[in-house]
Amino acid sequence: MGDLSVNLCGIELDNPVIPASGTFGYGYEFAELYDINCLGTFSFKGTTLHMRTGNPQPRIAETNAGMLNAVGLQNPGVDAVIREELPKLAKVFHKPVIANVSGFSAAEYAEVCRRLDAVPQIGWLEVNISCPNIHGGGMSFGTDPKAAAEVTRAVKGVTAKHVIVKLSPNVTDIAEIARACEDAGADALSLINTVMAMRIDLKTRRPVLANTTGGLSGPAVFPLALRMVWQAYEAVSIPIIGLGGIRSAEDVIEMMLAGATAVQIGAANLVNPFACRDIIDALPETMERYGIKTLSKLTGGAH
Amino acid sequence: MKQGIFAVAENTPLNDKVSRLVLRGDASALERPGQFVQLRLPGLYLRRPFSVCDRDADSFTVLFETVGKGTEKLRNTKTGDEFDALTGLGNGFDLNAGGDTPLLIGGGTGLSPLYWLAKELIMRQKQPIALLGFNSVSDIFYEAAFRALGVETVVTTVDGSYGRKGFVTQAMDREHTGFYACGPEAMMKAVCACTDKPGQLSLDRRMGCGFGACMGCTVKTKSGLKRICKDGPVLSSREVIWEI
Repeated sequence: MGDLSVNLCGIELDNPVIPASGTFGYGYEFAELYDINCLGTFSFKGTTLHMRTGNPQPRIAETNAGMLNAVGLQNPGVDAVIREELPKLAKVFHKPVIANVSGFSAAEYAEVCRRLDAVPQIGWLEVNISCPNIHGGGMSFGTDPKAAAEVTRAVKGVTAKHVIVKLSPNVTDIAEIARACEDAGADALSLINTVMAMRIDLKTRRPVLANTTGGLSGPAVFPLALRMVWQAYEAVSIPIIGLGGIRSAEDVIEMMLAGATAVQIGAANLVNPFACRDIIDALPETMERYGIKTLSKLTGGAH
Repeated sequence: MKQGIFAVAENTPLNDKVSRLVLRGDASALERPGQFVQLRLPGLYLRRPFSVCDRDADSFTVLFETVGKGTEKLRNTKTGDEFDALTGLGNGFDLNAGGDTPLLIGGGTGLSPLYWLAKELIMRQKQPIALLGFNSVSDIFYEAAFRALGVETVVTTVDGSYGRKGFVTQAMDREHTGFYACGPEAMMKAVCACTDKPGQLSLDRRMGCGFGACMGCTVKTKSGLKRICKDGPVLSSREVIWEI
């Protein structure tokens, strides 16, 4: 059997498969179905300083080969996450985990990261500067290189943990943002977050989502994500986590060839709760079919 | 929750729009009436939730109305066609919350989970009364099925073409210890305004996953945020905050 392990910022993962934030909760729902310790790691639900109730209904819409969401970062706030969710998570998942963080100012991002820095089970902080569903925060940092660098520096200043900056696809030049984050001290990048999109209901003649717009994910965005990972890989030397529409072991390999060190699986978990386990199970055979002995050697192999 | 492949054992049109679908497979995860399943339908990305109308160990029944692409495809499925289903989703009804003589109030296909509920209540020596509301005589289905359970059943039609004329609320002039309701939200809101007895409501929201992971279907209630798919779909009438 081939070697599935990869190294993400000095922490060894058994395999590169990571459920993406917002599609895996805190892991409990999936732990009822299978032993989630088969995962490389996972990125838990996006965390903000204060509790957020999220956007009004409806928050979900079907699209061709994908879905829209406008959940709006519903979460109980960082202190409740540390106090209530992470001890429960520790019972079902025994590896270092990724904490996904959002905010409305650089100082707020830093404060959330400072509080999470004290939690031993967290291996990485994933700084989400790309949420399209909140106003006055999130994506507004991810679409401007200066603001992206400012958040990255602020977070790096308060934590010893590895900092992954999660980038938005809703930009003209992904390479410029990627370089700005690397220069500001990011240890890794993850991309892409969802693509800003919408649907309109023909009967009501109104947008389907109460938030008007939402984030597109699912197989529809895979080629777009692949292209952006390719461009980011050309621009930076820090590791990249590739995500966007991945649903098979073949997609994982393709994303790694484009430049990803590891991958995240998002929407696929919602359609098939076993998606990550199924992909991990399929990797050895798929690697063999393509003559791959060591998965980690694939990264950037298509360049 | 369980995932499995189910084969169509029966697909019967009940009227122009509503069908009964019996799917055969491991239905053991369905433990309580009010729970639902998520079916993967050809050509659609997200699964679609269906309330369970009845079940035994190796099959479950759903009643559905043809309203869009997914249900159109479902309407035309043949015996033996296979579907991937997540079963045993949601909390289900509290069988004691409605007391000994509860009203079961269903609007259209909303009556679906109330049928299984009626069976369970009867097994517990309770005496439910079914109030089934439809628009017109041609829309009626499952009246005979409820009667066959021995449940006293009152049918209302908005246009008065069958049974009592008006909405189901006009048939709520019965002694009752509580109620269970499922149907259009405006109906459930009106039902709650017609009685001071405790009730349980089965709600519906656009869902992503159906098992509590994505927070797509969260609503605000008087007892905090609730995911309709995981903390519901059944909520107490006293905790619902109406959005309409």
